[in-house]
Amino acid sequence: MHQVVHVFRKEFGTYFVSPIAYIVISIFLVVTGWFFFSTFFLFNQASMRNFFSLLPITFSFVIPAITMRLFAEELNVGSYETLLTMPVTYRDVILGKFMASVVFVAAMLLPTLAYPIFISFLGQLDWGPVAGGYMGAIFLGASFSAIGLFVSSLTRNQIIAFIGSMAICFVLTLIDKMLFFLPASLLGVFEYLGADFHFENIAKGVLDSRDILYFLSVIFVGLYATHLAMEAKH
Amino acid sequence: MIHVENLTKYFGDLCAVDHINIDIQKGEILGLLGPNGAGKTTTLRMLTGFLRPNEGSIRVKDYTIETHSLEIRKMLGYLPESAPLYHDMLVYDYLDYVADIRDLKKKEKHPRIRYMADLCGLNEVMHKPIGELSKGYKQRVGLAHAMMNDPEILVFDEPTSGLDPNQIIEIREIIKKIGKEKTIVLSTHILSEAEATCDRVVIINQGKIVADGTMESLKQTASGEYLITVSLQNAEKEAVVKELGSVEGVAGILADDDEGEALQVRITCRSADDLRGAIYEKIKQTNWVLLEFYQERQTLERVFQRLTVES
Repeated sequence: MHQVVHVFRKEFGTYFVSPIAYIVISIFLVVTGWFFFSTFFLFNQASMRNFFSLLPITFSFVIPAITMRLFAEELNVGSYETLLTMPVTYRDVILGKFMASVVFVAAMLLPTLAYPIFISFLGQLDWGPVAGGYMGAIFLGASFSAIGLFVSSLTRNQIIAFIGSMAICFVLTLIDKMLFFLPASLLGVFEYLGADFHFENIAKGVLDSRDILYFLSVIFVGLYATHLAMEAKH
Repeated sequence: MIHVENLTKYFGDLCAVDHINIDIQKGEILGLLGPNGAGKTTTLRMLTGFLRPNEGSIRVKDYTIETHSLEIRKMLGYLPESAPLYHDMLVYDYLDYVADIRDLKKKEKHPRIRYMADLCGLNEVMHKPIGELSKGYKQRVGLAHAMMNDPEILVFDEPTSGLDPNQIIEIREIIKKIGKEKTIVLSTHILSEAEATCDRVVIINQGKIVADGTMESLKQTASGEYLITVSLQNAEKEAVVKELGSVEGVAGILADDDEGEALQVRITCRSADDLRGAIYEKIKQTNWVLLEFYQERQTLERVFQRLTVES
């Protein structure tokens, strides 16, 4: 298990050695900050709801940018071979890289904690939905990270990894907004598949085991598929 | 130490490695030779657990690779071809990371990194990103990576490819230095390199072993063929071909009388015995004047060519 920690430390450190971390964090903060605050005073409500409702869409393109290099770069440079001939298991590598991405998402969300603190000075802020929102954001970020990790393990081209995982994340985000195209009998199934739907539930401050189970299963499927992809390379 | 049996690997329909058997003793430096695409890298990749064989088994000490890949990898250091490493990382950070993964204890980590830096001559570049290093330095970082936990077995895939002559000599020196107590398997297509560093050579062609032995024994027995050159005066070309051709074991005669007085004759011998005596006896019976008589040493290039192209 300690190998996971070493892989994690290396991956997480690499984000901050290259400019990618700073670029991604800046873009994320600018985009969410702008969209949130441009309408914030018009609504005249002390709530973070608009901030959280934006997150699935922003995560859909920010998180693929974080995960795209995790495997694709190693496959391209060939360091994949040096890594796997050291005494590490697939599980160590996958969990280490996955954790690096999740912790990076958490680090990216950290500066936005300034928003609720600021808002609480302006009015009566209900902290329940805020806590739920951040928890949901971590779950959502972890799910998208697992998807991004999987797509990255399929290709040695980082751009393909980025676009591929972005496509999957967008579909999961938008699927419950497209429901009017579907027959009523399928509604329930497709609504359940939507990441946005589950995220909104948690962001309301309602902790339902179904929503948590949804995110945990997306994470599991993503990581397991990555495992299979690594296995297939042999 | 390492026991390879019936090792086979297919890539689709292509058989990259075809039922290979190799036994590698402890303390041996084994060179894997072969033309490009012969299956050298594939063999090494299976040996290091990176690729899974379709057939056959690899045993290292008491472990088999299918069930104890992790244990084998713990006692094995590997330098892949052209040392693929993380470009963004600093050399020191990278070695530190490898030391962690290799389970070095906190106390021994730093002395070990310092020792590896001295051995591989990395002191000036410790705080540079790997991506900025020249090829020779990258290769040395790769060596340090492979030897970090002082493994019993070292596997190097073309350790000197793309280096300049000075760097090649340096890398060879390092390999020889560590080869005194370690088991080393290295692949190369540079023959003089195999001759300079290896105790034993295995030549692979199209996935099959075509020769296995020390450099010397390869030169002699693997070919079974050698050249004798004689220079004769006062001799007719036809008569020479007829007379010398009757010696048992002579496979071909090439006579060349362009140079005026002396007739240059190249005799190809295919025999386990030394035919020099028999040929000399034949010449003695005639009235030819013998000016030169020598056996050409089989060059490595010739042996290699015979084994990999002509077969």
